[in-house]
Amino acid sequence: MNLFNVIEEIEKIDPEFNDRINPRRAAIKNITSFGSKVAVAAMPFAFATLFKKAYGQTPGTDVNSVLNFALLLEFLEAEFYNKGLAASSLINANDKANYFTKIARDENNHVAFLQGVLGTAAISKSSYVFDVTGGGAFADVLTNYDTFLKVSVAFEDTGVRAYKGQAPFLLKNEVVLGAALAIHAVEARHASAVRYLINKKLNLGLKPWITSDTKGNDTGIAAVDANYAGEDNIIQGGVTLTSLPAVGTSNSKKSATASFDEPLERAKVEALLVGSFIKPA
Amino acid sequence: MKTETEQNMGNVNIARRSFLRYAGAATVVGALAMQSCTKDNANDAVIEGGNNNGGSDITDIGSGDIGILNYAYALEQLEAAFYIQVVNSFSSEFTTDERALFTDIRDHEVLHREFFKAALGAKAIKGLTPDFSKIDFSKKTSVLGAAKAFEDLGVTAYDGIAFKIENADYLTLAGKIVSVEARHAALISNLITEGSFVDSDQVSATTGLNISNTPTKVLATANLFLKTKVSAKSFTF
Repeated sequence: MNLFNVIEEIEKIDPEFNDRINPRRAAIKNITSFGSKVAVAAMPFAFATLFKKAYGQTPGTDVNSVLNFALLLEFLEAEFYNKGLAASSLINANDKANYFTKIARDENNHVAFLQGVLGTAAISKSSYVFDVTGGGAFADVLTNYDTFLKVSVAFEDTGVRAYKGQAPFLLKNEVVLGAALAIHAVEARHASAVRYLINKKLNLGLKPWITSDTKGNDTGIAAVDANYAGEDNIIQGGVTLTSLPAVGTSNSKKSATASFDEPLERAKVEALLVGSFIKPA
Repeated sequence: MKTETEQNMGNVNIARRSFLRYAGAATVVGALAMQSCTKDNANDAVIEGGNNNGGSDITDIGSGDIGILNYAYALEQLEAAFYIQVVNSFSSEFTTDERALFTDIRDHEVLHREFFKAALGAKAIKGLTPDFSKIDFSKKTSVLGAAKAFEDLGVTAYDGIAFKIENADYLTLAGKIVSVEARHAALISNLITEGSFVDSDQVSATTGLNISNTPTKVLATANLFLKTKVSAKSFTF
């Protein structure tokens, strides 16, 4: 591992990286002169420490790692929509044209964008197998449009949570945080549209926003309860939303939970997907 | 094997967390003031909010994270005022379903406004007076057009300023709100034209990224709908 090449790579996607580590620049230069006292084996630790200082996070939350996590999710979403569009007589012509062709386009664009940013650091799609049935939990997802819609809603809402959960690791990073939030907003647009669509078809009482009245999951699909865990939070930044002055029903629990979307940490997102929707090749 | 620096950094992080919790215990103002003392100059800024700036009718959001929170507060005030008027004088052209959706959105925007007001406490800018003379509330197309403009603007505003946020907890809060604005934006876009929720006016058809805007650009549009003009002198990037 050539530390200086790695730093150069990071600078390509994080132009401010040098500024982040600037106060410790001298220390980095000195790494090469540690001499025999620092065993080669200690280098990964020194490097991890450098990242930790630059981003204030533990290893695994450096920019490339965050981007590769996003890429893995986008691989799955793109695969899901590409397969859905390819499945004969699954999606009606109107919904195909107005919704899923556009959503698939965006997801495929996200894949290409993240691969472009990561360059050679990008994970390879061929290292994974993507099972859109979630290991059989949604066995008819490519033959039953209702199931397809349900899985789509869960993917989009979870995608929004996943990106949101990663934002703090990109704090103050103009380029990468900007891109991540730009994708985050698009996933939220998708979630809104698919929720509206499924509600029109199945009349589930589902709104374009997550309205967690009794529990986090408002979709009525018990299999995805964990995807919505915590969405029923009504305290934000220490402020209890239901105690705020109201206009109409603005401080109801429904409104309080719908007006703020909750993040989901990486390990929890992975627990929902890896082993079911995503498996090692 | 932690170095002293590392341990100190860890303590600072814990301290920041405690501050936020402390802020939660209804002592928001004091906590925010104390927090700003521990940070760099960008956060020690004087907040001009709450007063007219130099006698002119322009309210500046201030600087640092408090400035960004006030920026959000200004936009949420505008949105809340708009939807309150929409719901109070629903055009007869709106269906029952649309009325329910718009009432929900009104509730969300009012809650966002009240949240920022409570969180900012004494550091909050004043209540802004809107100017909706350009909007015909009796016409659905006029209301939908304005709603789309406000929601799209909100999304691009949050995303455009996010990288200036110093405190990770504030960044997460902004993230929690911006996705709800994006949900609103997509719905309203689809109510205008089905399938327009990711059209190229907002989402690049080649990268799949939502556009974002600087405060200068956002406020130029927002000020068209405000009698009390808002500026962001510390955010002219």
